[in-house]
Amino acid sequence: MEKIKCECGHVNPHGTVLCGSCGRTLTEEATKQTMVDMRYEGSARRSQTYKRTFIDKTWSFFSSVKVGVWLIITTLIVSALGTVFPQEAYIPPGVIPEQFYSDQYGILGELFVFFDFHRLYEQWWYLVLIASIGISLVIASLDRFVPLYRALKTQRIDRHEGFLKRQRLYAKTEASPQDEVTLQTVKTRLQARRYRVTEKDGSLLAEKGRFTRWGPYVNHIGLIIFLLGAMLRFVPGMYVDTGLFIREGETKAVPGTDGQYYIENLDFSVEMYDARVDGEQFATALENQGAIVKQFRTEAVLYERVDERLPGQEVELEKVKEHDIIVNEPLQFDGFSAYQVDYRLDELQRMNFQLESIETGESFGEIEVNLNNPETNYDLGNGYMVELVNYYPDFELEDGVPSTKTSSPNNPAFVFRMVAPDKEAGEISFVAIQQNLDPTGENEYKMTFSGIDTTDVTGLTIRKDRTLWVLGIGGIIFMVGVIQGAYWNHRRLWIVRKDGVVHVAAHTNKNWFGLKREIDGLLENVPWPPLEDKNAPPSEEKSSTSMENTNSRNRNEEG
Amino acid sequence: MAEFSSNLLLAAFILYLFGTIFFAGSIRQKNVNTKKGPGRAGKIGFLMGLIGFLSQLGYFVTRWLAAGHAPVSNLFEFITFFGMVLVGAFLIMYSMYKNAVLGLFALPIALIIIGYASMFPTEIQPLVPSLKSYWLYVHVTTTAAGQALLSISFIAGVIYLLKDVDQSVKSRSRTWLEILLYLIVVVLGFIMVVTTFSVQGYEAKFQYVDELGAEAETTYPLPALVGPNEGVLETANVMEPLMLMPDIVNASRLNTVIWSFLVGTVLYAVIRLLIRRRVSQLLKPLTKQVNLDLVDEISYRSVLIGFPVFTLGALIFAMIWAQEAWSRFWGWDPKEVWALITWLFYAAYLHLRLSKGWHGKPSAWLAVVGFAIIIFNLIFINLVIAGLHSYA
Repeated sequence: MEKIKCECGHVNPHGTVLCGSCGRTLTEEATKQTMVDMRYEGSARRSQTYKRTFIDKTWSFFSSVKVGVWLIITTLIVSALGTVFPQEAYIPPGVIPEQFYSDQYGILGELFVFFDFHRLYEQWWYLVLIASIGISLVIASLDRFVPLYRALKTQRIDRHEGFLKRQRLYAKTEASPQDEVTLQTVKTRLQARRYRVTEKDGSLLAEKGRFTRWGPYVNHIGLIIFLLGAMLRFVPGMYVDTGLFIREGETKAVPGTDGQYYIENLDFSVEMYDARVDGEQFATALENQGAIVKQFRTEAVLYERVDERLPGQEVELEKVKEHDIIVNEPLQFDGFSAYQVDYRLDELQRMNFQLESIETGESFGEIEVNLNNPETNYDLGNGYMVELVNYYPDFELEDGVPSTKTSSPNNPAFVFRMVAPDKEAGEISFVAIQQNLDPTGENEYKMTFSGIDTTDVTGLTIRKDRTLWVLGIGGIIFMVGVIQGAYWNHRRLWIVRKDGVVHVAAHTNKNWFGLKREIDGLLENVPWPPLEDKNAPPSEEKSSTSMENTNSRNRNEEG
Repeated sequence: MAEFSSNLLLAAFILYLFGTIFFAGSIRQKNVNTKKGPGRAGKIGFLMGLIGFLSQLGYFVTRWLAAGHAPVSNLFEFITFFGMVLVGAFLIMYSMYKNAVLGLFALPIALIIIGYASMFPTEIQPLVPSLKSYWLYVHVTTTAAGQALLSISFIAGVIYLLKDVDQSVKSRSRTWLEILLYLIVVVLGFIMVVTTFSVQGYEAKFQYVDELGAEAETTYPLPALVGPNEGVLETANVMEPLMLMPDIVNASRLNTVIWSFLVGTVLYAVIRLLIRRRVSQLLKPLTKQVNLDLVDEISYRSVLIGFPVFTLGALIFAMIWAQEAWSRFWGWDPKEVWALITWLFYAAYLHLRLSKGWHGKPSAWLAVVGFAIIIFNLIFINLVIAGLHSYA
């Protein structure tokens, strides 16, 4: 495409509305307007200029603010839909989702599951929405940043009259001999207000806060880094999310560490608030609400494996550190964190049984069964022996067949074979909680329950997230950008003296009242007229005598 | 200490009330606003607001001392705190724009919010394990500050609409504005009815069957219009429910909502009968001196100031804490999702401001919707949708 050469000699890219250097209007449309559109300095944006090929069309689609807003609003509404009922991650563990939503929420719950809304935030269409926002961020930023940067860099001090008179704030007056003095007065005031002032041939450009214009692009970069960081999670090795249960006194290898680390649970406890200990200020609340948990605590020891890891070699552990794992204070090691997330109190650990004669009740010895890792044979001496033939940690009858629901000893059941000197073949006995069955009905011996031993179990989540620093950097850059863009304004004041006329014009990217207030101070007691605001309402209701302060100032300006 | 603390809160409440009255007086004063500043009454109003704010800050500090942790850990404390930072945000915006009308609307909104907060249990509660972190203070206070600044945008938006919407012509804007004011009256109705019955110590205990099929018990603070699933009234000499609800409905809360609307509607009807005009018509003269461009700018500016603060508190600090307490920085918990929704909404607002058609009235309506989202997340998510944030 051919370039546009402005009368001032500056060569502008095709599609430019306002000359990047002098600000002359370059299109007929802009020339007809009483005010120039100052967004992006009237520079040529690719999206507005080229609209023919498929790439052009895609580019201009994603660069559009309108499209961006629609993407945001769609994401917003879709996200909200996912909160109507709880997500799958928050429903009770072990239930079947279809069943749960249907039972709890009826037909709406069924629809919720039907549309996969119970896993909404991992659906491909949701990810496509987020990705589209990401693409839009990149394209919209490039489309605007490059031309805006060029335009602000090449802007001239003595802008063309046509540019100045089409500014929202503008005034002109005839030149007078005092102008040079006035200019210097205003210049001093501008510098006192931290404007960067440049002069050329008796004209002046004062500018401050240009960096705030880059804020949106900086925050968009931050967001893109954040989104990329979120994608990194799917790279193998970047993210580990697993967990384990450890009983008191037990030492277990930490999953995800390749057997390198072990954690021992010395003790797990649930502490409750007690007004006498924790302060009388809580007495009322504790009375009204019942018990309130103070802390979940696992006294943990971390070990590292130090042996050569040869086959058959004993595992050799070296203590690394002790740490009380509580909520908000995970145990951290080598990029991993172990969080307190779950627990089971008083889980069955060991059960004791006596071998007794049914007839006399005489005991021939006691066995202790470790419910998590039971032995098979128990020799009681004198020819008495017990064999654990079958063990069901979490017993249930499934179609009349004994089986186990889980591997946790929630409801243990046992099939014992009891051997005595007079019964060398042994007798079979089925024992469960509150049950003692003799399948043949001819047994002379039985196993009698004689004691249990319980323990607390802690549930830890093991997490390693090597993407966090990327997210952190993205977040910081976003914050810098958003503050940069929001908390400052880009203000410019032009004073151009040409052909016997003094033109004064001003522009800000936002907060016009602040700018007007500042200019009032800058032009106070100088012979130039105050600036006129093209957007000011044409004098408000005449009946009202008392007007808002700023408003009355506008009227003065007009008068 | 706890009692002293409550007194400071009461003092703040009264000061905000007087502040409102003075701001109202400032609007009525003639010829004082033409010069710089909002006139004497406005200055006194501002001073009242400032002293009230300091008094409430005193409440906050003394309650912190009494409890041993920052008082932002349950609904009463958090909403009260939100009311306080709302006044703080108003004071900031006021010092920039010296606009008395802003005070006339911001202080009553803060009053309603604090009044609403005190309908929840006010006793000092100990912290549950997940809240025991200094991130509680950092995250909650920053979030509330962000929400408060964004709420100023709503207040400026309402002022804009009251001034701009033509009351003599029927329009959608006119209807919606009136609905908005009606809803504020409903909140007042809620405060009235709950206060009335709690002063009398009213209680109605029910035995019922919950959604898991288990026997449960619940206590209504208000007479039961709707009872719980298979509910049996246990308290003697109180009203029997007119009907029972199915098990998926939290009947006690629904009952409170029905009461609030009933009382609110009656209250609204009485107001309409007394003034024989729409409420928005009644309020419109208060905005007579308002410059539309100025309130539009205040509204936009509050979003500009509030958006970064909100992002920092409700998303960034929230993620850091979630990573520490729950092992993941983001888990799509309803409160998290609604914080994201709020953020997306204001992001959309800021982008829409770039296009010309979205200044002024549309922008004011957006500010109203934004506030609705904030309030929804503040109250509804905690009370209705179960999640990790439903403490209180």
